This record gives sequence, structure tokens and C-alpha cells, in this order.
Amino acid sequence: MGIETYIDYLKNYDGPDVTFMEVCGSHTAAIAKSGITKVISPKIHLVSGPGCPVCVSPSGYVDRLIALARQPETTVCTFGDLLRIPGTSESLNEAKGSGASVEMVYSPMDVIALAKEHPDQTYVFGAVGFETTVPVYTVLMEQVESEGITNIQVLTALKVMPPVIRWLCDNGARIDGFIAPGHVSVISGSKHFEALSREYGIPFAVTGFSPKELVVGIYGLLRMWEQRQKLLAEGESLTKNFYPSVVTHDGNVIAQAKVEKYFEPGPAVWRGMGEIADSGLYLRKEYAALDAGSRGLDEDHKINKACRCDQVLMGKITSEECPLFGKVCSPLTPQGACMVSSEGSCYQRFLNR
Amino acid sequence: MCVALPGVVTAIHDNGYATVDFSGNTVEAARGLVDIKVGDHVLVHAGCIIQTVQQDEAQELASLFEELQTLS
Repeated sequence: MGIETYIDYLKNYDGPDVTFMEVCGSHTAAIAKSGITKVISPKIHLVSGPGCPVCVSPSGYVDRLIALARQPETTVCTFGDLLRIPGTSESLNEAKGSGASVEMVYSPMDVIALAKEHPDQTYVFGAVGFETTVPVYTVLMEQVESEGITNIQVLTALKVMPPVIRWLCDNGARIDGFIAPGHVSVISGSKHFEALSREYGIPFAVTGFSPKELVVGIYGLLRMWEQRQKLLAEGESLTKNFYPSVVTHDGNVIAQAKVEKYFEPGPAVWRGMGEIADSGLYLRKEYAALDAGSRGLDEDHKINKACRCDQVLMGKITSEECPLFGKVCSPLTPQGACMVSSEGSCYQRFLNR
Repeated sequence: MCVALPGVVTAIHDNGYATVDFSGNTVEAARGLVDIKVGDHVLVHAGCIIQTVQQDEAQELASLFEELQTLS
């Protein structure tokens, strides 16, 4: 069967309505740009979940970064998306405008050159991310340790996917299948989602990001959903890997070992959703000197009380169903995190209206 | 945020980095997470190589069809 066959199947699907959730901001952006939702049957609903690590970081985390950036001889470095996320009263970008020391970097390792060049300045990296990005921070830690660099710390807001997917399933999100995050799976392997699919009887399709890969992944997910009783009865896994060029069953074991060495699980607050047990990763106590105070940053304030980012992140409403969407809330005047990040579901829905 | 781009390793350096070519643009990417050699196609995320890319198209399609076969 060629790709056209899969497209035809998705286009002509006339079974019960199904809702599939993607939990990766890059999938949110890729699906919006591909136009795939305009091609497939209206009975297949694609919704965005809490897959953008920037969007789900609570305001208390941003507030702490801003406080650090206002300390003397301290510079906060982080990725561009995080600079625009609102804290309680301002974003890092706004704080920079009023004198806070904030730098945007492309890679965590960029901080090393800055730290060597300015030994009297402390550099704090705003380390957000999911399973994909956490190993990158371990490479930074290794270099900091091996070169004896003493003026770099991290403020972490690191999260892992399985606990939040479990939380969604337990809290009324009506999801029939998950488009599993492709690059998270590069690190963790497709096995990362097997226990969830078995426990909840929900299929997971590990999927790539090109339009063709999305078609194959969504087709696979739909076919798994249609045949789920048979597959379960036959003892087949409801997690399948449709991104085999870079994803294996076991993932990147070198990266997993490094994450295990430096980090341990703990509770984490997800913006608009509250605290979820074991959904965060924190530096182990033997590396406490590298931590700029990442634990307990639990405060989570809305800028606009009518903002419904929390319900968008849970897939309970679409962006268009939020009363602020496209009115007071736009990429130029974001009222919530989903409109701030370029991988936020509202931002992508707005751009691709 | 989890965006990763494929490139080709053109040089490996002793300092833990490798030169990766993205269609003519080269960057120095950390190589501590993957065993690589010159000529490997790799996936780079946030300045770090996170995986080698399966370049054997036949092998990749075979893996994909193996998954799809159970669903046809």
C-alpha cells in the first residue's frame, strides 16, 4: 500500500467519531502546517495536549528566573520561546527591557563560552524540556564538572510524559489514541508508552514530523483503534513505532544512563493542571551545587481569568472555543502560554486559521 | 522545543564535539550521547547529537511495513 491508500482511508473514514491527541509541540506545529486536518475525515478529531514544555512551565518558574536575572553579577540564559512566557507580572523579555540580565542562546552548551569569558559573572541556564532535552543538560553538566567551571548553574523545569498522559486519562480527557512524541521516543524508545497502552487499552503511534510520516502515524493509530479488541486478545502491543529511522524499541540507552546519573523524579506543577506526582526531574542531591533553586516553584497565576489554556492543554476544548482566542488573545497580545510559544496550540491555530 | 534536525557528521573532535553539515551549513554539536563516526547521518537537538539516522531506506520501509502489516 502506498501513501495515497493511507490518505484515502483517512479521508473516507466513516466509523464512529474518534479523538486523537498529540503530546508534542513539534507535532502541533507540523500538523498545523501540513494541512492534514483539512484532508482527513471530519470524524477524526486531532487535539493538542500538554506537549510544549514552555507552555506548561508554571508562572512561579518564570518569576524565579526573573528574580535571578535581577541579582547582581548574574545572567539568565535560555531558549527564545521561554523569554516570552508570562510570569506573574512580566516575562523575561519584559524584565530584560527594564535592566535584568537575560540572554537568548541556541544550545545549553553556548553558556560554557560565556562563563569562561566572564568568570566573575554567574550564568543560570533556564533548563526547560521533556525527555528529548534532558540528556542535553547532562552533557552540559559533564563539561562543567570535567573543566571545573564554577560559574554555571541551572534552574530546571524538566518534565516527563507518561505521568501527565496517565493524569489526562484519569481526569476525564476523552482520548481514543495518542500520537506519541517522536523525539521524546528517540531518547526513551517506543517502550516508554507500552505500559500506558496496555493499562488503558488506548493505542499509541510513535510518529515522525513530515506530512507523509504524519499520515502513516495517524493511519496506524486509527487502524489500531479499530482493531484494538482483536489486538489485545492476541496479546499484541497497542504501541507501535512508525518512526523507525530514528526510534528504536529501547531508545538511546547512553542518554538514559546519563539522565539516571544526574536526575531523579519528583512532583512537578503543570501550568493550569496542578501538581502531578513523579512527572518532574530534579538534579540529585550530589549535584545540588549546580542547582539554582529548582524545587518548590509551584505558584501558577493566570494573567487573564477568562483564559482557558488549561482546558486546551487537556484537549477538553479547542483553541477556538476559548472566549479570548483571536480577540484579546493573539500572538502579539498573548493572554496565556498556549499563545506565547511558537509550538503552543493556540499560536499554531491562530497562524493557520 | 523538541525540534531536531538531520545532518551529516563531517569531522570528529577531541573536545567532545563533532562538525555536522546541514545542507551546507556546518555547526559544532556535542557528541556525548551517541557513538558516531564521520559520514554518519545524525539527529541534532539543541546543539547536541541525540541519535544516528537509519539511512537504509529498504530497512526502514521493512520496519514500517512490519508494524503496518498487523493492522491491514
